Amino acid sequence: MVHILPSLGDRSLRSLVDLEQGLISREIYVNEDIYKQELEQVYGRAWLFIGHESLVPNPGDFFKSRMGEESVILVRDHKGVLHVFLNTCRHRGMKVCRYDDGNTRLFTCPFHGWSYDTDGKLVGVPHFKTAFHEELDKSEFGLYEVGRICNFYGSIWATWDRDAPPFEDYLGAYADGVRRCFESMDGVDNGVELFRPVQRWRLPCNWKFPAFSFDGDRMHGVTTHRSINVAAIGPQGDRNEGDRHPMRARFPSTNYEMSIRELGHGGHNAIYDLPGVAPYVDTWQTEPPEVDEYYRQAREKKAKKYEGQFLHGGGALIFPNVNIQEQRILHWHPHGVGATESWRFYQVDRNAPKVVKDAQRRYMMRYCGPAGLTESDDMENWNYASEASTGAMARRLPYPFKAGLGHDYTDDRVPGMTLNFDIAEENQRSRLARWLAFMEAGSWNDLYPLNKGK
Amino acid sequence: MTTDMTVETMQQMLERLMLQRDIEEFLSMEAELLDERRYDEWLEYIADDIHYHMPIRRNVRFGEQYRENTSADSEISWIDEGKRVLIGRVRQINTGIHWCEEPLSRVRHVISNVQVYDPEGDEVKVRSRFIVYRNRMEDEVDLFAGKREDILRRDSVTGWKIAKRTIVLDQNVLLAKNITFFF
Ligand code: FES
Ligand SMILES: [Fe+2]
Repeated sequence: MVHILPSLGDRSLRSLVDLEQGLISREIYVNEDIYKQELEQVYGRAWLFIGHESLVPNPGDFFKSRMGEESVILVRDHKGVLHVFLNTCRHRGMKVCRYDDGNTRLFTCPFHGWSYDTDGKLVGVPHFKTAFHEELDKSEFGLYEVGRICNFYGSIWATWDRDAPPFEDYLGAYADGVRRCFESMDGVDNGVELFRPVQRWRLPCNWKFPAFSFDGDRMHGVTTHRSINVAAIGPQGDRNEGDRHPMRARFPSTNYEMSIRELGHGGHNAIYDLPGVAPYVDTWQTEPPEVDEYYRQAREKKAKKYEGQFLHGGGALIFPNVNIQEQRILHWHPHGVGATESWRFYQVDRNAPKVVKDAQRRYMMRYCGPAGLTESDDMENWNYASEASTGAMARRLPYPFKAGLGHDYTDDRVPGMTLNFDIAEENQRSRLARWLAFMEAGSWNDLYPLNKGK
Repeated sequence: MTTDMTVETMQQMLERLMLQRDIEEFLSMEAELLDERRYDEWLEYIADDIHYHMPIRRNVRFGEQYRENTSADSEISWIDEGKRVLIGRVRQINTGIHWCEEPLSRVRHVISNVQVYDPEGDEVKVRSRFIVYRNRMEDEVDLFAGKREDILRRDSVTGWKIAKRTIVLDQNVLLAKNITFFF
């Protein structure tokens, strides 16, 4: 199925995404019609990140989240079951939830007073007898719920499309890496919680600038972030030339661009020369000694759990718009063709002592987000790259995604993955290939199982 | 006796006005340093133990206003740091290759409604309101309005130092792409 968009003349979408030559038209980042189709074809179908169960621990707890451009409510109902609802009243569309988070028994619409139970059922309609003559079938007008929801080791995901494959199949070979991002430092599954609240801010660029380049565009680091090391924001302070990493000890390993070409997920991950978990080396010298002590003990436990196993791979960009890492989650929502709403969540070991939580929290705030010393420079580049690509002449020039083109390969140690040199543009090509598949597909039948696609 | 009271009150009032005037001059001088990008000099007025905090502000149900602003004790804020990181920010801007501030933004601080209260020992609390205007490159404009809650401490060299600053910004979703300057 090939879509011809009116503003593209006779050019098909496929002609804009030439993955063999590694030439991608700027249109897909700036074109209004393509953007509108993305909201349907990509955001209407893909599994999207919603939040984490720690945001809604008790019955009645809710957290206002977002899928694509639209507001949704993550809520734990009175029986303890999690739901994700579109945040719109079924009567005239008013937002039924206008708080960022909280606890409630009912969502009562402020327009005409319809009220919904936390499981989405319409339970209250003013003038039900006098105006509706009791003829309105309330069961037809409950809050609109997502097609599928998944609690993956504490992280919550949802898709509007009932035909989407199970979430674990959607993740494919990255299921293991993503799972470990929700593990505590000592290796316990579902061992983290998210700090509250989420940071949310607006970027003047198309959502694909951040989402498709993060954890794909390793090449930008040396130039974009050249100024960061003088600030010495890492947990080691001025030691080791301002190294920013939260963990020093790493096994001898090689970093690759690793991606699942068919699914569009990918990250910068290591293949280790040794099995198990590397012994801990003090990293948090700028904090009280309890912090290093905690990480050291956690690492020892984790080492026992994974003794003899290779832990290749790890966090990644999960198509289309969320990057799951060990201590942070980077999420970019489309907000009009030339704007993005950027969200950041931060994980921390649920059972860590306060001194550790505080150290990690402050480190994340100075590193990440709109005031973080690292990320601010990314935003400047995405902003003006986006702006300077919108002109009538500028949009004729394709972006080359040629680094490492044709030099990808597979490796038995990481089955299912496509590998390339650490700063190749392979991961970005994978995302673009999957994006094209979503944009062309008539339904999930064309997208999964993968061998059924074209 | 009545006369004595009046004299006493006049004396107190004079002290209060002088303190008020002194603080206002200090805040104007600080704004001048920031607007003119004299960041290294600005750092001299920052106490070594400063807590510089900019909470995130939630939309909460009526009656839950106590949790409207995020707590520095356990929650995520926009900024929550001490002098070490503030020095890092200045160092980074001064590299000339901190691209989001290269070329430098034009930033203007309008500081008003200064309230000085609770003087205790060598410290005093100060509330002020700000309009911070940022103009960048050709047509980028950000406007920030809010309130600062400071603790100022007397200092023998610089007159005053900022020992604590809480910046309460009147936004929920931050409507700027980044925060790369000081409030
Ligand atoms: S829009 Fe909600 S009750 Fe009318
Ligand atoms: Fe970056």
